[in-house]
Amino acid sequence: MVGIISYGSYVPPYRLGWDEIAKAWGKRAPQGEKAVANYDEDSVTMAVEAAINCLGPLNRAEIDGLYFASTTAPYREKQSSTIIAAALDLRDDIFTSDYTNSLRAGTNAFQSALDTVRAGSADKILVISSDSRIGAPKSDSERLFGDGATAFLLGSENPAVTVEGSHSISSEFMDVWRAEDDPFPRSWEERFIITEGYMKTVHKGISGIMNKYQLKSEDFTKVVLYGPDPGSHSRTARSLGFDLKNQIEPPPFATIGNTGAAFSSMMLISALEDAMAGNTILFAGYGDGCDVYILKVNESIEGMRHRRGLKYHLSLGRPLPSYDKYLSFRDLVNKGVAAGATRATFLPWLWRDRKQILSLYGGKCNGCNTIHFPIQRVCDVCLKKDEFEEIRLSDKKGKIFTFNVDNLAPSAESPVVITIVDLEGGGRLRLEMTDCDPAEVKIGMDVELTFRKMHDAMGIHHYFWKSRPVREEVA
Amino acid sequence: MESIKDKVAIIGMGCTKFGERWDKSASDLIIEAAYEAYKDAGIDPKDIQAAWVGTLQTSSSGVSLAAPLKLKNIPVTRVENMCATGTEALRNALFALACKAYDLVFVMGFEKLKDLGYAVLGGGYEHPVFNTGYSTPGTYALAATRYFQEYGATKETLAKIAVKNHKNGTLHSKAHFQREITLEQVMKAPIIGWPLGLFDCCPRTDGAAAAVLCRKEDTKKYKKGDEYILVKGLGVAAGTGMGKSRNDYDYLHFDENLSASRQAYEQTGINNPLEELDLAIVHDCFTITELIIYGDLGFCPSEQAKDYVDDGVFTMEGQLPVNTDGGLKAFGHPQGASGLRMIYEVYNQLLGRAGSRQLRSPNLGLTHNLGGAPGVEVVSCVGIFGL
Repeated sequence: MVGIISYGSYVPPYRLGWDEIAKAWGKRAPQGEKAVANYDEDSVTMAVEAAINCLGPLNRAEIDGLYFASTTAPYREKQSSTIIAAALDLRDDIFTSDYTNSLRAGTNAFQSALDTVRAGSADKILVISSDSRIGAPKSDSERLFGDGATAFLLGSENPAVTVEGSHSISSEFMDVWRAEDDPFPRSWEERFIITEGYMKTVHKGISGIMNKYQLKSEDFTKVVLYGPDPGSHSRTARSLGFDLKNQIEPPPFATIGNTGAAFSSMMLISALEDAMAGNTILFAGYGDGCDVYILKVNESIEGMRHRRGLKYHLSLGRPLPSYDKYLSFRDLVNKGVAAGATRATFLPWLWRDRKQILSLYGGKCNGCNTIHFPIQRVCDVCLKKDEFEEIRLSDKKGKIFTFNVDNLAPSAESPVVITIVDLEGGGRLRLEMTDCDPAEVKIGMDVELTFRKMHDAMGIHHYFWKSRPVREEVA
Repeated sequence: MESIKDKVAIIGMGCTKFGERWDKSASDLIIEAAYEAYKDAGIDPKDIQAAWVGTLQTSSSGVSLAAPLKLKNIPVTRVENMCATGTEALRNALFALACKAYDLVFVMGFEKLKDLGYAVLGGGYEHPVFNTGYSTPGTYALAATRYFQEYGATKETLAKIAVKNHKNGTLHSKAHFQREITLEQVMKAPIIGWPLGLFDCCPRTDGAAAAVLCRKEDTKKYKKGDEYILVKGLGVAAGTGMGKSRNDYDYLHFDENLSASRQAYEQTGINNPLEELDLAIVHDCFTITELIIYGDLGFCPSEQAKDYVDDGVFTMEGQLPVNTDGGLKAFGHPQGASGLRMIYEVYNQLLGRAGSRQLRSPNLGLTHNLGGAPGVEVVSCVGIFGL
């Protein structure tokens, strides 16, 4: 039986209070906050984080495919899943594919991965959904959209959650859309969109799967259902006969926000964190139709309790000080020359060093065990030439040997904190630091590494690794 | 291996006013420095047999010197070795004389930084991702952070160096800055790269400096009296830039400084630099750099440099005056010119021409140039000059 072998999620730590947004526009807002990706994060970097959290100690060499789902992939033309696969240091004889252009991209990728494994084309597929949608300033979407990512490892080898049934609906309905030149998603009058679109499509999908498998609403322990906003979500769930209090997985609208293509899978992870063997879960993704699944939880779920799921990330939130900072992070203000000098780029150089840049490989000298990053062909210590082994450094932790807090260095956000990091097991990296309070950075501080976007040049997103204060383990 | 000591003489030098020379071109600066040097040396420019020109950012090739000075179809070579470029140009000229390839040579260093706006160092063919978040003050701040932790120096220690160099600068009419600053001003200045503030950093400056050289035995051909100084030693060291990736680099010293000074001291025969040197003009691109240099060049034990600063050892009145002309901090730092500007100060001090800054009968002076930044590419040049 095919199903979920492991899961992980990622929610960026910054939270923007709904009151901060309301204040900017002279409005009032209910209590709540949304997760905001840092200026150096995008759908690709969040996908890498979620995947690392999903894979934990699992052997990355066993993964046969990577499917990435997002409505906010960083390139219009150029695959994102290959960037993610390189950052994760997966094998290169794998199948990668991007699922885009629909809120349903997440469950589309999920479905394709299930079918790929069922067809015997692959044993294990990593399915990652990640979105960082920007709601038009002053619109309700601005408050409701949040940033985040999820990852599932699907396969047939001892899954903790099996897929017992599925049903899909295709619906040509203009719900939300974004044309070639639109900066923000558009929609129509909400009453039309919700009553004729969302509610009817979800009804059709869920009643369809219940008829197909002869199930009733009370047969499900938990119901994970995409929703565009809290009211429409609960109205729809109630009208389908589900018990709002006991059955419906509450959407994290007021804590994280609607994470687009990752939203329903984020709720699924939340449901799985509390799930027990024997539970049956209804899982529905929506957007241009509906994908619905019947999931069954078994004893292996106990082996996943230490994954970084949703609860873990909810506990790590820290306030973004102002709406202005949000505008700056999402590049919604023209920073002009203040954004710093435009960097040159050299594509052959990027390509030659791809394993060092994306997979963070250093060289360990076979003569004296010194680890060099960047890789040195002649060892600086023992002078042996071309006698080194390439080793991955991205999963190591380290300590700050020295640092600065630089107000002059060109960067989209200032100050820039540069850290000289001594890695556990040897090796030293010079890295920008992120997700930190510059006033709290100290010599000796424990740090870990995170995959981030450094800058753009000639339409090329330059990704590399940064340091950040080490985060707690899951309790 | 033979020492370069006492083989070559500097018989004339020139140096422009350093500063924001908005109304002057690079060629104007070159001409200003060159004709002062020609006159000082008493030579006809037609007698120059070969020339070396140092510039880091402003131009390329020997033509940058040949064109404004109309040095017609003689060997002119452009030399570049980061912030040590000026001294490096002189070093090339020195060895050409020593091997008797030429008898009279000319050296120029210049930079026209104020035409470049806010352009930071580098920005050319650099790695597309490894060096982001780079500013020069930021890279030296990495050393300051570590130095504070290990040796107990503070922002006040650094501030004392800035105050000293600004004060010395007021005694030289060609220095970029002409005003004294207070300890309080330095401490309260805006932070550029923590822990370095505005007054911990040298300015970007326009300037040029030049020298005319010949072998010692030929000095009489051009000069009537003893108005020349001799090269006693010159050491250069280029590092491998691996501090940023080696766990054993401490960010408290430069191996390149240790090596370059050892070379120069050996050639000169110096055993105790604090006792034997009369002045030192060193590369204070940042105040922390000068503090590190005190230890690296053997003026004091590194861990005690703070105490030496507190005791005023390196002030004008101290045992070893350092940066009597204001240093990079007050004189300014057109990289290609800086090495020669330092030699210009030693030259003037040794020949008794330093006016209100004149030290009492100095015999031996040191210049020190440092290119690059801690943990990354570094070139160090140490020159010793005497009568």
